[in-house]
Amino acid sequence: MCLAVPGRVLEIEERDGTRMATVDFGGVVKEVCLEYLPDLRVGEYAIVHVGFALQRLDEQEALRTLALFADLGMLQEEFGDPWEAAANANGYPWHGDADGELAREARQ
Amino acid sequence: MKYLEEFQDPELARRLLDDIHATVTRPWALMEVCGGQTHTIIRHGIDQLLPEQVELIHGPGCPVCVTPLEMIDKALEIASRPGVIFCSFGDMLRVPGTGRDLFTVRGEGGDVRVVYSPLDALRIAQQHPDKEVVFFGIGFETTAPPNAMTVYQARKLGIRNFSLLVSHVRVPPAIEAVMRSPSCRVQAFLAAGHVCSVMGVGEYPELAERHRVPIVVTGFEPLDILEGVRRTVRQLERGEHTVENAYARAVRPEGNQAARAMLADVFEVTDRSWRGIGVIPESGWRLSDRYRDYDAEHRFSVTGIKTLEPAACRSGEVLQGLLKPHQCEAFGTTCTPRSPLGATMVSSEGACAAYYLYRRLDVAPARLEASPVG
Repeated sequence: MCLAVPGRVLEIEERDGTRMATVDFGGVVKEVCLEYLPDLRVGEYAIVHVGFALQRLDEQEALRTLALFADLGMLQEEFGDPWEAAANANGYPWHGDADGELAREARQ
Repeated sequence: MKYLEEFQDPELARRLLDDIHATVTRPWALMEVCGGQTHTIIRHGIDQLLPEQVELIHGPGCPVCVTPLEMIDKALEIASRPGVIFCSFGDMLRVPGTGRDLFTVRGEGGDVRVVYSPLDALRIAQQHPDKEVVFFGIGFETTAPPNAMTVYQARKLGIRNFSLLVSHVRVPPAIEAVMRSPSCRVQAFLAAGHVCSVMGVGEYPELAERHRVPIVVTGFEPLDILEGVRRTVRQLERGEHTVENAYARAVRPEGNQAARAMLADVFEVTDRSWRGIGVIPESGWRLSDRYRDYDAEHRFSVTGIKTLEPAACRSGEVLQGLLKPHQCEAFGTTCTPRSPLGATMVSSEGACAAYYLYRRLDVAPARLEASPVG
């Protein structure tokens, strides 16, 4: 949750007096608060953290970062099912290691 | 350079590396503050591509890792109570408190819910006026403004069944604490880019001057890290110690002023305990007096919960760069991602998890004797 993810603004609306947007993160669509970046427009990109747009970003930079995050599995980490991930020991591909085997490797 | 072809722009990466190799004449120890940067470094083997004289030390920049054990225990206590809906980010579910975690509490019948945004928790409070909805507000300067806005909204909308369990921490005092440690070997910092996108760079010149350390604001992509290292090493070799912004595409000098204004309204600076490290003066935020009614610690009377860290977990030394993860006796034996002793192993941004995930067991022995600091 530390990293912010770039997204593209699809729609903007006022809700409960708050400026909100629908934002596309490489296929995943979320509601995002624009109160900290109120002049963001439809079609523009911003870095978004826990549902808040924090800084404007140009399209080329945003697309490059999204591709990197997809490659690193960070989009899955950010938008995947957290309960499934927690049940699978944080969602990492541990390859079924027997605990202890790794430590023996480490100390050899 | 077996990993180089994995870079987005291998030719630029090679040029940056060549420049670093050509510049370095002596050993230097740099600390990357952000846990996301640590993962990039280990995933791409950046530490192995750098000249032997350049050592990267992993810093305390993982928000999940540094959340103190007693705060996890307070969360578990509140989440276990009837009539409470406890909301959290997903990466807190497996962080161990004393004996259990939020995942277990849910299994025992607690109403624990994962939200993407703190505003989702506020919406749950609106939908369930008969319940007390608590949001676990952890994180650095990037996460604190969203949580501040959520409390502000709760007050504005008159929502009374919402509160925040606050465990926010600030990066500059952590840098100060690292530099003040008698065991400190850090000579320069790669500052966390996204923190600076909110806070700007104004807090750093005084730190750089006082401790005579270069501070380079750095992003988290592989090329960002190389550029941050290049600029840092160049300063060190020249005997300079200034603040540079190597992440200008996302960081403006003044940061996000609307977010900073909201932080100043809703929170006030306080001393905070960091997991494995201890109390660092003025290193966190608590709700200001105007918003004290929204403080879950007071609302649920859990301020008295105090907890000791397990002695076997040496994550505090890992967080301060005094110990590499695989040098810990518990690493991979009594401490694994399936059964973590400390948060550095369970968090997706933790250094221990990065070493485990990317099989970094063959790292050259750290060039230091590990010893805890006070």
